[in-house]
Amino acid sequence: MTDVVATNETILVVGGGISGMTAAIEAAECGKNIILLEKSPALGGRVSQLYKYFPKLCFPTCGLEINQRRMKANQRITVLTMAQVEKIEGETGNYNATVKIASRYVNENCTACGACSETVEAEIDNPFNYNMNKIKAAYLPHNMAHPQRYVIDPSIIGTADADKAKEACNYGAIDLDMQEETLNLNVGAIIWATGWKPYDAAKIQPYGYDRYDNVITSVEFERMMDKFGPTGGKLLRPSDGKEAKNIAFIQCAGSRDRNHLTHCSRICCMASLKQATYISEQYGEDAEDAKATIYYIDIRAIDRFEDFFKMVRDKKTVEFVKSKVANIVENQENGNPILHGVNTEGYHRYANEHDLVVLAIGMEPNANIGEVTSGVSTDASGFIQVHEDNGGIFGAGCASNALDVNRAVQNSTASALRAIQVVNKVSGAEA
Amino acid sequence: MADEKKLAAYICKGCGLGDRLDTPQLMTIAEREGKCQVVKEHDFLCSAEGVAMIRADIESDGVTHVAICACSRRAKVEAFNFNNVAVSRGNLREGVIWSQPDTEERREVTQEMADDYVRMACAEIKAMRVPEPNPNHGSNKRILIVGGGISGMTAALESAKAGYEVLLVEKTGVLGGWAAKLYKRVPDVEPFDGPVDTGIDALIDVVNGNSKISVHLNSTLSRTSGAPGQFSVDISQESGATITENIGAIIQASGSEVFDATKLDNLGYGKSPDVIDQVQLEELAKAANGGAIKRPSDGKEVTSVAFVQCAGQRNPFDDNMLDYCSGHCCNTAMKQAMYFKDANPEVDTNILYHDLRTPGNGEDFYRSAQQKGVTFTKGFVKDVVVNGSLNVNFKDAILDEVTSMEADLVVLATGQVPNSGVDIEAAAAPVEDEKGDEQTVAAKEEGVSVLNLTYRQGKDLPHLSHGFADSHFICFPYESRRTGIYPCGPVRRPMDISQAIEDATGAALKAIQAVENAELGRAAHPRSGDLSFPSFRKEGCTQCKRCTVECPFGAIDEDEERYPQFNEGRCRRCGTCMGACPVRVISFDNYSVETVGSQLKAVDVPDEFEEKPRVLVLACENDAYPALDMAGMNRREYSAFVRVIPVRCLGSVNTIWVSDAMNSGYDAVLLMGCKRGDEYQCHFVKGSEIAHTRMSKIGDTLEQLNLEAERVQTFEIAITDVDRVPQLIDEAVKMVDEIGMSPFKF
Repeated sequence: MTDVVATNETILVVGGGISGMTAAIEAAECGKNIILLEKSPALGGRVSQLYKYFPKLCFPTCGLEINQRRMKANQRITVLTMAQVEKIEGETGNYNATVKIASRYVNENCTACGACSETVEAEIDNPFNYNMNKIKAAYLPHNMAHPQRYVIDPSIIGTADADKAKEACNYGAIDLDMQEETLNLNVGAIIWATGWKPYDAAKIQPYGYDRYDNVITSVEFERMMDKFGPTGGKLLRPSDGKEAKNIAFIQCAGSRDRNHLTHCSRICCMASLKQATYISEQYGEDAEDAKATIYYIDIRAIDRFEDFFKMVRDKKTVEFVKSKVANIVENQENGNPILHGVNTEGYHRYANEHDLVVLAIGMEPNANIGEVTSGVSTDASGFIQVHEDNGGIFGAGCASNALDVNRAVQNSTASALRAIQVVNKVSGAEA
Repeated sequence: MADEKKLAAYICKGCGLGDRLDTPQLMTIAEREGKCQVVKEHDFLCSAEGVAMIRADIESDGVTHVAICACSRRAKVEAFNFNNVAVSRGNLREGVIWSQPDTEERREVTQEMADDYVRMACAEIKAMRVPEPNPNHGSNKRILIVGGGISGMTAALESAKAGYEVLLVEKTGVLGGWAAKLYKRVPDVEPFDGPVDTGIDALIDVVNGNSKISVHLNSTLSRTSGAPGQFSVDISQESGATITENIGAIIQASGSEVFDATKLDNLGYGKSPDVIDQVQLEELAKAANGGAIKRPSDGKEVTSVAFVQCAGQRNPFDDNMLDYCSGHCCNTAMKQAMYFKDANPEVDTNILYHDLRTPGNGEDFYRSAQQKGVTFTKGFVKDVVVNGSLNVNFKDAILDEVTSMEADLVVLATGQVPNSGVDIEAAAAPVEDEKGDEQTVAAKEEGVSVLNLTYRQGKDLPHLSHGFADSHFICFPYESRRTGIYPCGPVRRPMDISQAIEDATGAALKAIQAVENAELGRAAHPRSGDLSFPSFRKEGCTQCKRCTVECPFGAIDEDEERYPQFNEGRCRRCGTCMGACPVRVISFDNYSVETVGSQLKAVDVPDEFEEKPRVLVLACENDAYPALDMAGMNRREYSAFVRVIPVRCLGSVNTIWVSDAMNSGYDAVLLMGCKRGDEYQCHFVKGSEIAHTRMSKIGDTLEQLNLEAERVQTFEIAITDVDRVPQLIDEAVKMVDEIGMSPFKF
């Protein structure tokens, strides 16, 4: 049984991405006790799946390392992975959260030696790479996985593979009879940091994400740059595995659109500018045949991101077309997507052929808090709004709006304080 | 207790260590060479029983120093987390058996690697002291807030709500800042259908009515000294009086000024009273109070208005203009256009923009503006001609033609200029002359300081790009380079009201965190919770000032006798001072010239005829060391001739380690730190930069030893360099092969 101590001076943080980790660590370093829940087997969330951050083009795992070290050293934080909130009842300063913990089939004895993975034969889609490749059914989610503990996929439970895994483990870490658990946690305040998910690209019919192999999303493109990703760090297009050199980026894919998400997802302009730099990183600044073409409505590189926009704009390998792309058709001969539309600067029609199309996909909230509790105010897109009626439940990061990492961290830090205010009131410390 | 040392070494046999290594030999080494009084091996050291065994030795057997020879220091941290003992980790798993092939011919060198890592772990604990909290800590928990605008008031109120006392200092006679000058604000919750009340009067009332907040108007800081938990500030009042207050942490919400529109005479500013900036439009809207807005020149009701976006902004080509975008102006222009439309839908409102930047729910507001009939034109304004009427000449980007528009009123969207005080780095930069650098610094400082810090490195927070007092971190937006002082609001980066409110609330948390950690005498981010702090032996100090100059966090001042004065509460424990010190008098309890120096000397260097070179790697613990771990996890092989020592930051590397290594017969030394320069990725900001500079001067030392310069190399390594780091190691071994072994092997 998972043994967790929680009181109404404890803060429950739901979601272990950059926002949830930040909220948990910042509050814990103020001396508060935290329970951090993560639905997947490891912390890190979507930032751990990014190759680089804008605007510094640095690696997200660097900040993740710092955060993980802070977390490992802090005895006030209890991390529960594979955990999901089923129900929240109660009121400010006194909530009861029902939490379901799925079976990992691997206990804390795991040393991450990898013996189980070596022996298991079955493979599953790799969620870390947006299912673009396979991983053994006994796996460590990724290089930076915290906790550093393997997972046995439920699909092999009851098979000979699972028995082999158990046999291979010298440490009694594999427990094939592990059962799902339900915990009831009494906490004072709750930070809801369940993050975002990419808008379902298949719904944008004219772009043919579901029909054309060489139309992919920005999150998938990001994984291609990772040496440990599905393409070993090369920009290989899905249809034929050839290097993609002439790449189109379509902005506002699903965002700023009455038929899809009405809001602007904020990050996509900067994400595409960043991804345009990947092309010169792969093929060189002077590559004749490598080119990024960004089809945009407005380039929203606000505040000092303007510097980054300028840097990318000055690259020979990057071109901008002010246009909402009307539709995409596929060149049957070579699998190239052909983009149709009108360049509104001067009003020129175009039919441009590219090797690969990357949809700068919009951002929507990952989890609906309305499913576990009532009374929390959300906006039309499902983001949690700041509202007095929310009591001691606070949105953080992309659960509260479409935010970039810096703003998500800022917002999570603010939410951590709001939660501290609640538990300080419970303890009488604020008096 | 610090003197009563009892050393223990624990050798793990799990994860294949027992199969691949001669662990009895490792135990013998720990005992005989490592001088450990307790030496044990275990089949599965991180198990509950293994950990209990160690714990029992600590509790019952008086063990004070523990060398865990098992996996990497990054693995099983929670299991091997013992309080009040010094711990070192010999990395036998990722660092040895996982990076070496399991072959007969590599067995011997693999074992030698393990032998050395055990020697090193034992040598390290032997040189360590158990860290105890900083005794010079302060426990004042009052938060000082500089600036009474929306950021400052929010920070004040949010701190007070968490139970903390607040002192708010505002230089003008009123609270409210720019927000108080607005007629209405852009909405930040649904519905996004029009301008909403600023709420500023209510906020001012709440702040004034809060018993935990004391407000000082017409006041500025004339002196700030001390450290988190023990700042002392002089507050100068307009009357001439000065009061001194003790403070725990500081939030700098000194806001922004409006860009000086008189620089925009090509846009008609100053030539006609009807060309105004966005702030002046707010005044007109306030005066109209929902009625028709009248133009300044003759009081005529405005029937047409042109909003010129990015006025003086996004212009890197002219030094007088702002390079950046101020972020809020597109939404502000839409809000202001709505002032006209809501009063009279017939008023012609045109927004001339380059890119319409309304991220997030700004898009909903944009849609509302379109519904209200606001016209948006993508165009580049060339000039505004004042000739009786106002003519805006612009290139229409859609029609691709130069055209003109006449308007009763032109509103220029000028941007935010941070009120971030003195640019201390610009002031300090070109000094470099031999005599009296302080005087030169003082003479060069320009502008009005906000904080008037008595810090040796200057009066204000260091600026980053475009004069903003930002941290420049993506992951850690609040980490300024002055511990316990947190900038928030538009002094940090351009921002609108709703972001400023979030930012201020987050900054309040950081201030609270700073005072709570200060009280416990421990470090703030990124070595949160670290109890060790720098201490120095005054007798040996030559007053060279390198530590005071190089500290990335301005933690070190000078006392009256010109000795360094370590303000431990301001220290982030990177060790850059230790790396800087030529006479090696600076150390931390658990990290010192000795803890690293004794490790590298503990390595058994074979004589030159054995043809087994030794390459020392000093690796940044945050990026290069994890990259090496991940290389091991992915079974990337590299030479068995390497010995790796993690360092807190490359800035902490003292050149004595390099010369000691050379004198001890190492064949090469590789320093692996983070990316440096403007786009630095060093988590201690400047450490890597400083290390590169120091190492560029190591040539002389090598020359004296008659050694080739390429034996010492410095690299910028990212945490993702999982393939590159093994390559660099192998290349170094190859290089040694080519130039020959060091002659310093004994």
